[in-house]
Amino acid sequence: MSEPLLDVRNLTLDIPTGSGTLHAVRGIDFDLKRGETLCIVGESGSGKSLTSLALMGLLGKGIKRSADRMTFDGTELTTASTRRMRALRGDRMAMIFQEPMTSLNPAYTIGDQLVEALLLHRKVSRQAARARAVELLEKVGITAAESRLSQYPHQLSGGLRQRVMIAMALMCEPELIIADEPTTALDVTIQAQILRLLYDLGREMNMAMILITHDLGVVARVADKVAVMYAGELVETGPVGDIFNAPSHPYTRGLLRCIPLPGKTARGSQLGTIPGIVPSLVGEVEGCVFRTRCPHAVMECRGAIPKRQDGEHAFRCIFPDGKRHSEKELTA
Amino acid sequence: MLQFILKRLGLAVLVAFTVSFISFSLLFLSGDPAAALAGETASGEDIEAVRRLYGFDRPMLVQYAEWLTAALRGDFGESYYFRLPVSSLIAERLSVTMTLGVCGITFALLTAVPLGVVAAIRPNSLVDRIALFVSVAGQAMPSFWFGLILIVVFAIQLGWLPPSGTASWEHFIMPTIVLGYYAMPAIMRLTRAGMLDVLSSDYIRTARAKGANERRVLFRHALRNAIIPVVSLAAVQMGFMLGGSIVVESIFALHGAGYLAWESIARNDLPTVQALILIFSMFYIVFTFLADVLNAWLDPRMRTG
Amino acid sequence: MADVTSHDRLLDEITGPTPGQMLRKRVFGHQGLLIGLAVVVLLTLVAIFAPLLAPHDPYAQSLMTRMEPPVFMGGTWEHPLGTDHLGRDYLSRLIYGARVSLLIGAVAALISGLIGTAMGVAAGYFGGKVDAVVTFLINVRLAMPVVLVALAVVAILGGSLEVVIVVLGLLLWDRFAVVMRASTMQVRRREYVAAAQVIGASTPRILLSEIMPNIANNLIVVVTLEMAHAILLEAALSFLGLGVQPPTPSWGLMVSEGKNMMLFEPWLVLIPGAVLFVLVLAINLMGDGLRDVTAPENRS
Repeated sequence: MSEPLLDVRNLTLDIPTGSGTLHAVRGIDFDLKRGETLCIVGESGSGKSLTSLALMGLLGKGIKRSADRMTFDGTELTTASTRRMRALRGDRMAMIFQEPMTSLNPAYTIGDQLVEALLLHRKVSRQAARARAVELLEKVGITAAESRLSQYPHQLSGGLRQRVMIAMALMCEPELIIADEPTTALDVTIQAQILRLLYDLGREMNMAMILITHDLGVVARVADKVAVMYAGELVETGPVGDIFNAPSHPYTRGLLRCIPLPGKTARGSQLGTIPGIVPSLVGEVEGCVFRTRCPHAVMECRGAIPKRQDGEHAFRCIFPDGKRHSEKELTA
Repeated sequence: MLQFILKRLGLAVLVAFTVSFISFSLLFLSGDPAAALAGETASGEDIEAVRRLYGFDRPMLVQYAEWLTAALRGDFGESYYFRLPVSSLIAERLSVTMTLGVCGITFALLTAVPLGVVAAIRPNSLVDRIALFVSVAGQAMPSFWFGLILIVVFAIQLGWLPPSGTASWEHFIMPTIVLGYYAMPAIMRLTRAGMLDVLSSDYIRTARAKGANERRVLFRHALRNAIIPVVSLAAVQMGFMLGGSIVVESIFALHGAGYLAWESIARNDLPTVQALILIFSMFYIVFTFLADVLNAWLDPRMRTG
Repeated sequence: MADVTSHDRLLDEITGPTPGQMLRKRVFGHQGLLIGLAVVVLLTLVAIFAPLLAPHDPYAQSLMTRMEPPVFMGGTWEHPLGTDHLGRDYLSRLIYGARVSLLIGAVAALISGLIGTAMGVAAGYFGGKVDAVVTFLINVRLAMPVVLVALAVVAILGGSLEVVIVVLGLLLWDRFAVVMRASTMQVRRREYVAAAQVIGASTPRILLSEIMPNIANNLIVVVTLEMAHAILLEAALSFLGLGVQPPTPSWGLMVSEGKNMMLFEPWLVLIPGAVLFVLVLAINLMGDGLRDVTAPENRS
């Protein structure tokens, strides 16, 4: 087995607030090899975006980051200097954001912004950078790429802007690309195109990719590995097959019941819901965070929860099998 | 863009005509301009004579039309007090006021923009608190009082600067500070708010994700966008400052257009006052027009829209 | 749903403090607002009870005791802040001066507030031609140099307190119109206004009971700003000798009268100017504080 490109152990993010510390992300572990796609799934506020920003070193000033290990190709990111981080960002690790409408600077042309991404890291001429920009715009499926360079962001639709963002992230041929819900702000018809594009480019360039999403349909199609986050914790992680075929954490099963699966979900049957709301993460967080919504919750869930590992598949639950075969859930 | 400029120009012209009418009608505010002009001791016959001489016996609109056509040619009539053409009186004094205005706005921008930027980069820091204090104090400071304090301290006590007059560039230092400080708080607040807003925007995060260093993020990506509204405000403030130069010029005895306005008002020299109000208004109208055009040009969304 | 205690905790977090509790917390947590409010209230009380507080008649001249220094510069407690060039007690004139400033500030802000709010709300609510006309009038008003026009008009009509108040009131409506227009436009698009229109409420009723309550907080902020503006302008006009006329005890006039003796008696200028500065500062702090407290999301 080769060394993982990205290796994260016990990543913790704390946000000081007026009423105590918000433990936004607590002790998560994952790793990623070159060319692999990891999908992080979970509902809004579960800490997915914060995790990705923490990897890029783009967290806000108030947020405290700590980890036993967070290495990118052997470089420890938690102790890397700002200069070192800056050299990595945009060059070897790039990010695509959720909001294509506001993620491009309105004051500069598409060309200026694409070229900047390359010139910040490579000593090449402006002409060469422009040529690279045109090449990538064509690659992401933008027609008349040459003439787009002199256009401003406001002249482009959301879908086009997200393609530009993708091209911009690819300017330096990064080894890792992080896409934070890249399609949520787009029309449904555009969503599939953009995801397909990202996936194909990732394979073509042998990039590792972290795709943050709450769309399990997407996960099933593109992921090699899946990490399920709930309220700041990784409740289950493993190869995509294991997660979909043998979902072990009650939350993962809850999520899966929320989406219809062609061929599996019976016509006219009811889709699942997960009742309740996410608990507050301010102050000490103990035990299993899902216990307030879990149909199997018992008193012991307030104590320490063991991590159950089976090869690459891991989950956290007081029950050894996560009550995988419980009848109770089907009526929930 | 062209359509925007033409529309904006049309508005400016319309505003200019309305303002000209208002400043002209000031003459009739006192009731009988002839009586005012002839003086308190004049007899009824004298007043009648003045009325005929200056044409006050004709309908107001006719007089306005005549005054306006003359004004458009640069002829504002004759000063009641100096018995000289108003236009040459003003032309003589305007350079002092313009110098003061340009110095004042430059001073305001050079202090307000850096202070606003630093305050926005480090909210709640010491610099931010100082900036806030300076701007809150500036908005409450009576400029005539501030000017007098400067004179007491720097001219009388320390003897560093001349208290009044226009003889050298040193004479302009204190007036520049007083006038500039008047415009500074608003510019600083807008710069700070704009920078705060822009710095939390998604495209700044994009710039950081690209690996741009902080200086590049701040100046190339953030300030470029935050400065757009500041340009408009500076133009508006410049217009206000020229109008407000009357106070500063009177304190420091700078013989500019503001000082002339003060004297002329005290002397009831209405043609001069009318002309000055009109000219100061025109400056404001021209500045704001230019600012809107510059603004549209700076903002690609308007330039290409 | 086994875990009951965490549900209780959750419930507390969801219900939280009431809006009233939150407002009180914000008001008492806002230093600027409290300080500003305290100073304004104090000076208002001083203005109201001026005859009780002033040690002397502010108009009484005494040529034997001219330009006595204040007590902290070697004067006597007979005249704590000394006397002016006509031997009038400076403290008493200062106390009566608060009346002039606050009266002018309040009434001018009231007049301009009525004009500006009517124009702004009409423009914001009706839009179209009404809006075009109001916007045009605002532009015209902004183009006119305020100090110059106010000086000229006051000079022509004669500088009495009433004239200064009315002239300032007629000149300072621009910010009211601008802010009220923008706020009304925002509120007009809200669903509850549409709901009122649908159930057939009359236009005046909608303006009074749907629009006004929701733009009132912005209005209060502009009122404080324009009060401060009017007070400063009156002082400037009086300083230039073309505002309130002597012997009225206006702070601007006091600075102007002290100006000639500034070389030897700088306190004649310093004291009234400082009081003016403190009053305007306090009103502005109050206005900024009110904006932060009523609309914390809009703080700049």
